[in-house]
Order: sequence, then C-alpha cells, then structure tokens
Amino acid sequence: MTARAGKTVLKPVRKKGFWKTLWGQKQLMIMSVPMLLYVLLFNYGPMWGWITAFQDFTPKRGLAESPFVGWANFQWLFSRPDFIRSIRNTLAMSVINLVFGTVSSILLAVLLNEVRNKTFKKTVQTVTYLPHFLSMVIVVGMAQNIFASNGPINKLLQGIGIIKQPVFWLGEGQHFWWLVGVINVWKEVGWNTIIYIAAMTAIDPSLYEAAAIDGAGRFQRILHVTLPGIKSTFMVLLIMNIGHLMEAGFEIQYLMGNGLVQDFSETIDVFVMKYGISKQKYSYATAAGMFKSVVAIVLLLGANFIAKKLDEDTLI
Amino acid sequence: MTTATVKNKNRIKRDAAFPVINTIFLVLLMFVTVYPVINTVAISFNDGTDALRGGIGLWPRVFSTKAYDSLLGDKEIYQAFWISASKTVLLTVLNLLFTSMLSFALSRKEYVLRGFITTVMVLTMYVNAGLIPNYLLITQTLNLGKSYWVYIIPCLFSCFNMIVIRTYICGLPEALVESARIDGAGDIRAFFQIILPLCLPVLATVALFVAVGSWNSWFDTYLYNGSKKNLYTLQYLLKMKLATTQASANAAKSTADALASTTQTTPITIRCAITVISALPIMIVYPFLQKYFVTGMALGSVKG
Repeated sequence: MTARAGKTVLKPVRKKGFWKTLWGQKQLMIMSVPMLLYVLLFNYGPMWGWITAFQDFTPKRGLAESPFVGWANFQWLFSRPDFIRSIRNTLAMSVINLVFGTVSSILLAVLLNEVRNKTFKKTVQTVTYLPHFLSMVIVVGMAQNIFASNGPINKLLQGIGIIKQPVFWLGEGQHFWWLVGVINVWKEVGWNTIIYIAAMTAIDPSLYEAAAIDGAGRFQRILHVTLPGIKSTFMVLLIMNIGHLMEAGFEIQYLMGNGLVQDFSETIDVFVMKYGISKQKYSYATAAGMFKSVVAIVLLLGANFIAKKLDEDTLI
Repeated sequence: MTTATVKNKNRIKRDAAFPVINTIFLVLLMFVTVYPVINTVAISFNDGTDALRGGIGLWPRVFSTKAYDSLLGDKEIYQAFWISASKTVLLTVLNLLFTSMLSFALSRKEYVLRGFITTVMVLTMYVNAGLIPNYLLITQTLNLGKSYWVYIIPCLFSCFNMIVIRTYICGLPEALVESARIDGAGDIRAFFQIILPLCLPVLATVALFVAVGSWNSWFDTYLYNGSKKNLYTLQYLLKMKLATTQASANAAKSTADALASTTQTTPITIRCAITVISALPIMIVYPFLQKYFVTGMALGSVKG
C-alpha cells in the first residue's frame, strides 16, 4: 500500500488516547465489528470442536459431558489402512494437480502472450475461462459421457490404434488419479493463466527489444525474458499451493468415485465425510480433519520459511 | 555455409512457423474445451435408448425432446430452480453489502482496529476448523440445519473477496472521503453516497464470484437439507441423477435393455438435460460479466 500525502489530515487523533479515538470512529466500528463477530463465530468458533478429537463424543452428551480419551482417536486412525490410503491418495492427487496445473497454465500463458491478434487472444481466453464457472457436478456429468466405455475418448484411441479394447476409465482404479488431474486441467487451465498473463504484461517491453537486438530468437526471448518475468508470481503461487497440498479437492473424488475405484479415489476429506457424516463417528472424523489442518499449517509455514531463506517473495 | 548461418536460418524458419503452430494449437484447445459441453447438449436432445449405444458427437443422432418433456413436466425441477435462484440472489446482495462495508472500514488508515481485524480475517484463509466441527456448529449449536437459511447465513464472508474490494477502494483518491468528512458526512454516509457508487466495477466482479459459488454448490444441500425435498437445489438434483446413472453404468448392458423396454428417456439423457438446464444461467450471464472478473482477479492477486 502506498502512503498518500493526505493521510495526515485525518490522523492526528492518536494523541487523544485509544478509547477516545475509538469512540470517534464508532461509524467505522458499526461497519466492521459485526463482521468481526460473525467471523469469530463461524470461522473460529468451530475450532472448539477440535476438542471432540480427544473425546468419545456423541451429540447427546455434548462437548461438556463427553469423556476424554487422550490420543486414542488418532491411534485408531493410524491403525486404519483406509486412512493411510486416503493420505496417500490426497498427496498423490495434489502433487499431480500441482504439477499438471502449474505446467499447463504457464505454457498456455506463454502461448497466449505470443498471440498478436487481439480478437483471437480474447476469444481463446473467453472460451478457456468458461469451464471454471461450471460446477463440479456438471463437470463430472460431462466426464461420465466423455470417458464412457463407448464414449469419444475410447472411440478416438481405438480409431488411431492406441488401444484395441475400450478402456473402462471410470471403473479401474489405476486411472483415477490421472483422470482427476486431466479434468482439473480442463476446468482450470484458462482461469489459472489470468494471474500469469497479468505478470507478463508487467514485463518491460524494452527487455524484449534489447533481447531481439542481441540476436535472441522467439524461444530465447521466452526463456530469458518472459519466464524470469513471472518467477516471483510463480514462487508465491507455489508457496500457496504447497500450503494447500492436503487439499486435493473433495467434490470431484466424492462425485466421480465409486465402489470399484475407492482404493484410489478416497481422499482425507472423503474419509472425514464417510466416517463423520455417514457413520456419525464424529470424534474419529474430527481427528482426521484436525490432522489435515495441522499438517497444512506446518506445510505453509515451512514453504514460507524456505522461500524466505532463498530470498524470494513470501506470503506471510 | 558455416554452421552458424545454418543455425540462424533454421531459427528464422522456426520463428516464422511458430505463430501458425501456436494458432493451430490454441484452436485445438478451444475445441477440446467446448467439445464436452456441446456433446452434453447433443446427448440431452437425443433419443434415450439410442443414446445408450454411445458414439454421439456434436449433434444428436435421433432427435428427441423427451428428456426435457419429462423433466419440465415434473414439479420438483421448478421448485429446485426457484430455491437455487432465490438463494443465489439473496446471498449475493447480502454478501456484497456486508463485505463492502467491512472492506471500506478496513481501508481507512486512521481506523485503530484496522490491523487487528484484518489479521483475524486474513487468517481464515489458512486455518479451517474442518468439516465436522462446522457441521456440529451449524446443526447442533445454531440449529440451522433443515432450513433455507443454511444457504445464506454461513456464507456471508469470504476473505478473498474482501481483499479484492479493499484493494480497489485503496486505489480511489483519498480526497473523496476527506471532502465528504469536511462537509460533515459521517463514515457511513461517505461510504454509501460516495465510495459505493464508485465501486460498481469491482462489485460486479465479486458478485459474479459469490453468485457462481452459490449457484454451483450442492454439498450444503446434501449435508443439511438432504431430508427436505422442498429445499433441494438444481445442483443437488443433478448430483442425485449422477449417482443413479453411475449405478446403472456399472451394470452396463443389461440395464440398458431393461430401460429400453419400459421408457424412452434414460438416466443418461435426463442427466444431460439437467446439466444443460443448470448450466444455462451461467452460460447466459458469463459473456456479459467477462470483462469484470479479469480485473478482479488482478486486483486480488496484488495482495492475495
């Protein structure tokens, strides 16, 4: 935020003392304090619920009456093969999403940046942003058509002779992670370019001119001007994404998963959903969710720390 | 010829070919992006039994509006449409009102609670209590389950949107508020009469985000209103159809024959028809709001 010359005009109030100043700003308080209370209730309030992770909780007994069981819920979790599997699936799908998502959106942003015809560029952007606004329910519905055993993908692959028999994409576990990766790229690639294209427009055009005069071809200009120009954006997004490694998504796995692929489709969130809501084992599910949140915070702080060591832009 | 000139010539050739290859690639990408959408529309207008054979591309093979007839002949879809539309509009208005007021307060540099409240808000982007504690808060403590208000009340704040609006307000000339204050207007009046009208472009962006999020959500219905048929949303209806078609897809051929003998609509065409109906409102408003959301994303990325 830039400091402005005018800000001193309203500022001398500090001398009056905190409470007096606060009283003078009661209209600002009317506009902000209700939202503060709202957020404390809806975003911070549920954190009391983490106590249930250490209890044998039932809604009937409530938080106050439920007996404490120490780390027993966590011990139970880590003795469950399906929980360990859900950690594996979560990490696998987030890494695939992170790599596919980052590579594809940088590639598309670079290609769009090279387009000189404004109308064509705009058209490509309009079309590729669209899937971002479709709900996951709709996207999974479409995926069921596209990847059906007699659907277009199988027809295409059979047509060019890569496969002989149609592949049962949605019913064989080994495809599931990659399908999620591909579908997420389809949905988000255009949208994710916005931030990189914004970074590219901030690159000084004279850098390109200088590179051209020095004899750099198109690919060298991309390599030595465009990509270094988006490096800080890339780093910030990378830190954010590392902080979100435990969030592989929930909707797509829940909607597209089925009994045949569940060993590969269940993420931690689906596990929480299954035990917490369907089986009403609140304590186990809360413990699983809490484990996820704590790991996420550690990952975020860790990535931020490393970025600081490398002297890159940091998030917090 | 020396190797250097050969290299140079190759490079010039490559550079000349690049725009052509690039254009072809981007056209292909657009095709891949719209293909599933058009394919779904084509299937929804196809005869149900015929659709089970698969292989429908961009155009229906045996044209039929049976899927739409049977859907639109059922009262539940109108009810669901009404719930979806009304909650989307109501939430968008309330969310924008509260978020923009808060953003304005947090954009005032002289506000003594600014740092504290901003920190509390920003932390919500990184710390989340998780599904079960939220579920227990809403169903047990606040008793909001099985009600329309569960679509509205828990969704009134998003920190990202607050940052977008605040960044925009901070970019407006400071003198605007100062002159209003000198003329004797309080902060609330300065906000509603001077700042809010100037914020329309950014409010359009945020409105789009909030409205799309609300329109597209199905999980809240599933969690809180799964037993209240009159509170079902369009997305939730679609989600239920998804589950039934998946079950029948697993059973594959035998189901196809069974269905073919009884009815001319199949879960597949019905599912595609609901998909089209629930995606239509977004497809319609999308081109008009396009220019706004790009600016909004750029604003959010400054500090987000």
